[in-house]
Amino acid sequence: MPEKKIRVLMAKPGLDGHDRGAKVVARALRDAGMEVIYTGLRQSPEMIAEAALQEDVDVVGMSILSGAHLGLVPRVMELLRANGQTDVMVFVGGIIPEGDVPELLKCGVMAVYGPGTTSEKYIQEIRQAVLGAH
Amino acid sequence: MDLSERVLAGDRLALARLLTQVENDTPVGRAALDQIFPHTGRAHLVGVTGSPGSGKSSLVNRLAQLFRHPAEGEPPRKVAIIAVDPTSPFSGGALLGDRVRMRDLAGDPGVFIRSMAARGALGGLSRTTAAAVNVMDAAGFEVVLIETVGAGQSEVDIARLAHTTLVVEAPGMGDEIQAIKAGILEIADILVVNKADRPGVQNTERALRGMLEMGHPTRRGVAGKAQELWQPPVLCTVANSGQGIAEVAAAIARHADYLRRSGEWQRRELERLQNGLEMLVQQALLARWRSGVSDERLAGLVAQLSARQITPYAALDKLI
Repeated sequence: MPEKKIRVLMAKPGLDGHDRGAKVVARALRDAGMEVIYTGLRQSPEMIAEAALQEDVDVVGMSILSGAHLGLVPRVMELLRANGQTDVMVFVGGIIPEGDVPELLKCGVMAVYGPGTTSEKYIQEIRQAVLGAH
Repeated sequence: MDLSERVLAGDRLALARLLTQVENDTPVGRAALDQIFPHTGRAHLVGVTGSPGSGKSSLVNRLAQLFRHPAEGEPPRKVAIIAVDPTSPFSGGALLGDRVRMRDLAGDPGVFIRSMAARGALGGLSRTTAAAVNVMDAAGFEVVLIETVGAGQSEVDIARLAHTTLVVEAPGMGDEIQAIKAGILEIADILVVNKADRPGVQNTERALRGMLEMGHPTRRGVAGKAQELWQPPVLCTVANSGQGIAEVAAAIARHADYLRRSGEWQRRELERLQNGLEMLVQQALLARWRSGVSDERLAGLVAQLSARQITPYAALDKLI
C-alpha cells in the first residue's frame, strides 16, 4: 500500500498579483514529495474553502502580500470549520506585520512564515503537523 | 451513516474523503467501493487528452460551464471533473495546476473538481482514476470529465475508461506523418483543434482530416454484425473565448446517442469492466507472489543476473 501522501492547497487570496512566493513554496513542497494543488491568483475565501474541501487537503497555505490578511484569513478559517474540515493545517506566508501574527494564530493558523523562512523549516513543520496528527 | 451512505446521500465532504481513501487504495476505500458499485454505470464518462499546453483544462472548464448552463429547453447536468497531472519521478511529489483554468466553476454545487497525481502510472491516468470515476458516478454526477496528464503519443488508457474520448491538439503539432502514426489520434472519438486563433490552424485541421479519411471509419464493433459507424469530427475551438465549445458539446451528445443506438456503449462498458478486473487480478497476483519471496532470494537472483550467471528467463523459472 502506498505511503500517505501529504496534500497541500496553495492559494493566493485577495487582490495582490504577486504569486512568486506562492510558486516557490509550491515547488519546494513538491520537491519534498507532497502533492500540491495550485489554484492561481485572486481567490476569494469561499473559493479557497471550496477547493480545500473538494481536494480533501491536509494543509492549506495562503500567500498574502496585500495587507488584507486580517480580513481574509479568519474568513477562510471560519469556512473551513463550517465545512467540517476542522483538522486542516493552515499556514500563512507573505508580508505579515509582527503585531498581526498573534491574532492569526489565535484564529487557528498553525504558522506564519515571513520572508527569510527556510524551506527546510516549513517542510519539516508541515510534515510534523500532518503525519503527527494521523 | 458510514462514508459510502453519506456519499450516496450527496454529502460533499464525505465524497472528498472517500476519494482520498480510494486514491490511497485503503481497506476503507475498497469496502466503500464495494458498497457503491451497484450505483455506478449511469454517468457519461468523457475523457479529454492531448499534449501539454494544448488547452485541455480550459476546454474542460468551458464544457463544464455549458453542461451546467445548456441551451434553453435542455436540463443542466451535474458535472464531476477528475484532472490528472504528473508525479515527479524523483521526489514523488506533484504540482496539480488544472484548477487554475477552472475558476469559473467555483461556487456551483453542481460541479465537483478533484485533482489527482499520476503517482508513477504511465498511461496518462493514475492507477486509481477508474475507481475515483466510479465514486463520482455513484455520487450522482451525470457527466464525469476526465482530464489526463499532458499526453504525447501512447498514453491511451483513457480510451479504455471513457465512453467518449476527446483528443485536443493545438496548431503546429507536426506534419501528416505525425498524424498517421499509431497511438493517441486513433483513440479519438472527437478531435479538437484548440487555439484556433493561432496561425497554422488550417494545416493542423487538414492533416487531421486527411488522417481520418485514410483510416476511418474503423469498425470496432461486434464481428459479423452490420452496424452504424462513427466518423470522428474535427472541431476547431478557442477555449479562452468559448468559440466552438457548443459544437464540441453537441458532438459529445451525438456520440453518446451513437454509442447507445449501436450497442457500442454496452461493448465499451464490458471492455472497461474486464480491464478493471484484469488489473485487480494482476495486482493481487503480484502482491501474493511477492509476499512468498524473500528479499534475500530476490537480491541473490538479481546478483546472479548482474554477473551474467543466469538469464532473466531462467530466473523466472526459479521464481515461479
